[in-house]
Amino acid sequence: MRSHGIQFVPDLKKVELTPLFRGRPEISDDITVEEINYASKICPTDAIITDEFAIDLGKCVFCKECAFALPDKIRFTNDYKIATNKRSNLIIKKGDSAVDFDDNAVRKEIKKVFKNSLKLRQVSAGGDNSCEMELNAAGNVNFDMGRYGIEFVASPRHADGIVITGPITGNMAEALQICYDAVPSPKIIILTGTDAISGGIFNDSKALNRSFLDKYPVDLYVPGNPAHPLSFINGILELIGR
Amino acid sequence: MSKESYIILKNNSLPVDFREIPVLEYTMFYDLVKSLLIEEFRHSVAYYALESDQKLKFICCIADDYSHEIFVFSHEADIKEHSLKSITPECLQIQNFEREIYENFGINFEGHPWLKPVRYSYHRADKSKVMDNYPFFEIESEELHEVGVGPIHAGVIEPGHFRFICNGENVLHLEIQLGYQHRGIENLFLEKENPIQRCILSESISGDTAIGHALAHAQLIESLAGITVSNRLQIERCIALELERLAVHIGDTAALCTDVAHQLGQVVCEALRTTIINTTQSWCGNRFGKGLIRPGGSYYPLNETVIKGIEKVLENTGKRFMKLTDLIYSLPSVLSRFDGIGIVTKEQNQKIGTVGMAARTTGIPRDIRSSHPFQYYQSYKVEPVLTHSGDVLARGMQRNMEARDSIKIIRELISEWKKLSDEPQKPEYNYHIKPNAFAISMVEGWRGEICHSAITDEKGEIIHYKIKDPSFHNWMALALAVRNQEISDFPICNKSFNLSYCGNDL
Repeated sequence: MRSHGIQFVPDLKKVELTPLFRGRPEISDDITVEEINYASKICPTDAIITDEFAIDLGKCVFCKECAFALPDKIRFTNDYKIATNKRSNLIIKKGDSAVDFDDNAVRKEIKKVFKNSLKLRQVSAGGDNSCEMELNAAGNVNFDMGRYGIEFVASPRHADGIVITGPITGNMAEALQICYDAVPSPKIIILTGTDAISGGIFNDSKALNRSFLDKYPVDLYVPGNPAHPLSFINGILELIGR
Repeated sequence: MSKESYIILKNNSLPVDFREIPVLEYTMFYDLVKSLLIEEFRHSVAYYALESDQKLKFICCIADDYSHEIFVFSHEADIKEHSLKSITPECLQIQNFEREIYENFGINFEGHPWLKPVRYSYHRADKSKVMDNYPFFEIESEELHEVGVGPIHAGVIEPGHFRFICNGENVLHLEIQLGYQHRGIENLFLEKENPIQRCILSESISGDTAIGHALAHAQLIESLAGITVSNRLQIERCIALELERLAVHIGDTAALCTDVAHQLGQVVCEALRTTIINTTQSWCGNRFGKGLIRPGGSYYPLNETVIKGIEKVLENTGKRFMKLTDLIYSLPSVLSRFDGIGIVTKEQNQKIGTVGMAARTTGIPRDIRSSHPFQYYQSYKVEPVLTHSGDVLARGMQRNMEARDSIKIIRELISEWKKLSDEPQKPEYNYHIKPNAFAISMVEGWRGEICHSAITDEKGEIIHYKIKDPSFHNWMALALAVRNQEISDFPICNKSFNLSYCGNDL
């Protein structure tokens, strides 16, 4: 069988990305009030929480401008395991060295029902097409998430949940709702990319309608601009307990 | 037409005084557009309206590919003005621009054959027009049926609605309704005053063209602020742009193969595209090049290590891509699905103002890199790659040939880069923009011509920012391509163009 090709990435949990990859940031313990205020002024998406000395990965667009301004105090590591099931876990405080995943907060039926097979319907709602391309890449020959039974499907009727990209435009709000309603229960919601999680750079645009997110619990947040396929796949693996 | 009717700008040149743009009576304005666009080597790159001093100001920019100039002129109307004679019946390429003005300001363009909303912007004039009551073209007949597709499509792609009118399997007419991706991005350029915010916005106009749009924005800011950049930076930007072109063309070759069930072509091209975008990632930390392009400089200057990485990937991936495409485009089972399918003729492309690679598939040499050169393309001449049959095969071959061309261009740019000893430049965010200025910036992205333009007030604040993605012109070409085709050929027609929804919807 060996002559039939190779698995490009044998272990999706142990990939080492290029050192420059902008993944999980780290804030030095000795950052001062002045410095965090300065970083907050630079930040294009108000991702810096000054009184907590923290970066909110749900808002961060990974431009690294704060780290260029304060290279000794903020750095972006190449850690792509930044997806989590709790919104508050996306807040990286000074000294933090991992994004925690809260296993206890996962709904019981998720692991039971979806562990060996998870079919997802993707809904692009104002996405800039980079997250969509990364989600496609997650299934391609390189990352091959299909090896875990994780796949995108065409019909919401065949899906176990939806993956939302983009800040959710007003013009897409109704279609998103219809799609979600068409997915049979139990079902999950995954927000992929910073735009989906917080609105990102579009946060205060009058063209958005994010009321959908007020109605339903979110099962997984995958930050990124766009979210890297490895962030997405590893996040799902944690969620379904693989 | 006298020269005083317009002012002449060059792509990415210093801005002009906004107040010096000639204001013409509408009949003169109309005649000028018509007379300029009679020539095939000219096309409309921007035509839009804005409110200024209780008046509606209409700005028109027409590019001349021979003289490398852009003619700019304007018309003013009272804000209560509701009707103007449409230019579209005489110059079809104006159709979408007039639709946009109609949607945003309620101007009724008399005689426009297709005066419909473009994207349902949140600031549209008539809020009673909503996504659900789009006025689709209809044909009454018992023999015909309609097929509606979208906004959510089968694959992982952006939303848009396609309405086909079919006679059996044959498509008589396709109407494309867009706007689902509308994020109000143009107004955000005004609302967000932090220069970094504007950079992030520019990278998010269309994520598959992050480098192209970020470059158009950086050039525009550099024009407005009088920032000059070194040859070194210009070369690095061109290399980034060509890497983006190369990656997308390989990825779209994979997509074309997917739709005709040629699995080898699909999976190998997907793997090859990965190698290119991973090279971009090892250069700047992002697979789409986000963060790489900034006004005045870059935090990611090229270095020997990155250059070696690029050279290696061009060698390996280049060789494999060429071998694979030689195979793809010699397989009868693939060719029979591509050949003669989804033809857009040269005449049609000329009429509707198609730009970029889609125009070049009918021999129209429209390529901003050569006609309105920017960055290092001013010194390094690019010859437009041309194919002629205007069908899916031509658009596939166009990608194949342009990918090969980009490999050659990058190699030659690298050897130019090696001769230079310029110091790297850092991004410039503390810029001062000229007051009362108008500037225009064009870039040949992988789809085609990207155009950003801006107007500033007396304090040097940007008061108007206009973005045009090539898709704005080219969606009409896709609608024409599927006429009289089998509906089952729609996917390959669509993939062969791979147009941007978010770039159109803004």
